[in-house]
Amino acid sequence: MSEPVVVVEGLSKSFGGVEAVCGLNFTVGPTEVLGLLGPNGAGKTTTIHMLLGLVTPTAGRVRLFGMELDTNRVAVLSRLNFSSAYIALPSNLTVWENLNVFSRLYGLKKPRKKIEELLELFEISHVLNRVTGGLSSGQQTRVNLCKSFLNDPELLILDEPTASLDPDIADKVHQVLNRIRNERDMAMIYTSHNMAEIEKMCDRIAFISQGRFVLEGTTAELLAQSGRASLEELFIAIARDRGLPGEAP
Amino acid sequence: MINRVSALVLRYMYLYRRSLARLGEVFFWPVMELLVWGFLTMYLESEDVGMTVSYLLGAIILWDVLYRAQMAISLSFTEEIWVRNLLNLFVAPLRTFEIPLATASVGVIRALVSLTLLSVLAAVLYAFDITAVGFALVPFVASLLLFGWAVGLVTMALVLRFGQAAEALVWGVPFLIQPFSAVFYPVSILPVWLQPLAWSLPSTYVFEGMRAALASGVLDGSLLAMAFVLNVVYLILGTLFLGLTLKTVREKGYLSRIGME
Repeated sequence: MSEPVVVVEGLSKSFGGVEAVCGLNFTVGPTEVLGLLGPNGAGKTTTIHMLLGLVTPTAGRVRLFGMELDTNRVAVLSRLNFSSAYIALPSNLTVWENLNVFSRLYGLKKPRKKIEELLELFEISHVLNRVTGGLSSGQQTRVNLCKSFLNDPELLILDEPTASLDPDIADKVHQVLNRIRNERDMAMIYTSHNMAEIEKMCDRIAFISQGRFVLEGTTAELLAQSGRASLEELFIAIARDRGLPGEAP
Repeated sequence: MINRVSALVLRYMYLYRRSLARLGEVFFWPVMELLVWGFLTMYLESEDVGMTVSYLLGAIILWDVLYRAQMAISLSFTEEIWVRNLLNLFVAPLRTFEIPLATASVGVIRALVSLTLLSVLAAVLYAFDITAVGFALVPFVASLLLFGWAVGLVTMALVLRFGQAAEALVWGVPFLIQPFSAVFYPVSILPVWLQPLAWSLPSTYVFEGMRAALASGVLDGSLLAMAFVLNVVYLILGTLFLGLTLKTVREKGYLSRIGME
């Protein structure tokens, strides 16, 4: 069996005595998509940022591709990528200029072909020479996603990647992500508040509430465990702290 | 109308309660300006106008080198926060020192372009020849670039720590050191108790050296040597401060917060 690309053991983070993430343990296999679900402030972004080395854990350990990020920063980061609805590429550069810069950061020698392929894949070839800040939010999101595929990542971390997209464009993005997954091995960690999207994209879902995994499994397993009819109902129950079946509310 | 205007006044005053940078705009920077112009006035009163004009033009041109070098590091970095690109860079396979190294390289280009432009304009408009400083111009410029980088590293660290609230520092920090660097007047004009502070800054040795070189055409090697020794010290301190700040912002979660502001 293949080694997991992500191994997280006892991961915790406190900010000024407030526990944001408490003792998380999980792995992600080389072709697996793990969905992180949870209400705002549950600890999803903090967890992702600890994986990426943006936040230092208070306790616990993260190993990516069998390596510690601290001591193998360049080797680890060159094999993964990240996109989020909350970050952007410089708005005053053209799409080509932005993707050219990031291609070089990720070590691509002749990036034009790769950039053109990715823009075509996301159906935005026509924006190549346009200023990024002048694009619609849907186009900007897809340019960000192009950036996150420049290095053919083995691990892609997506933080609410379709938050600003209409259902049509979001669906196209899902199709592209699934197509890439079918073509080659790629693990993903995916956060979203869109339950249908999580259900469609993820092999396994972990529900986070108050920094802890409260449920983990496939959609069918989660619904069976919780006794809820849908992920949305389960989400609302957890967010409102109504507790899970068999637990005191 | 009074209610609406007072509501807006309140909205702006709230900002001053939590922002040291904004308080600096009220108290600190005006004091710095008063010091520079006050000491300059004292100097002008005590001198013949002849060489003083040359000193001032030389000082303006060389000061710009330090300013541009500092700005290139801190402003480039701040721009990454403005456009929300900071986290893209921090998750790219970059070593931490490569970001300031790249911005410092841009600083060299910007400073040299500005230096050339100002030198040509000063020659055409005011018949001032900066090359009259002689060969010393090269190490003087190099020394100011190094000090500009050191100041830029500290400013970058402050922006990392305080985010957009520290924007004013990007433009302001060089003016924090200007009154004590003897840019437009010699160290002897400063009160005796301020002179040790002036001599602790590498820029002071450059501007003192420039005036000496313009007056006599001779380069004082000891001034230059002292400037480079201090530059090494300040660069080490700037690097340590930036490294420590990076560690702190990762621990406290400020990096991810600033990156998504």
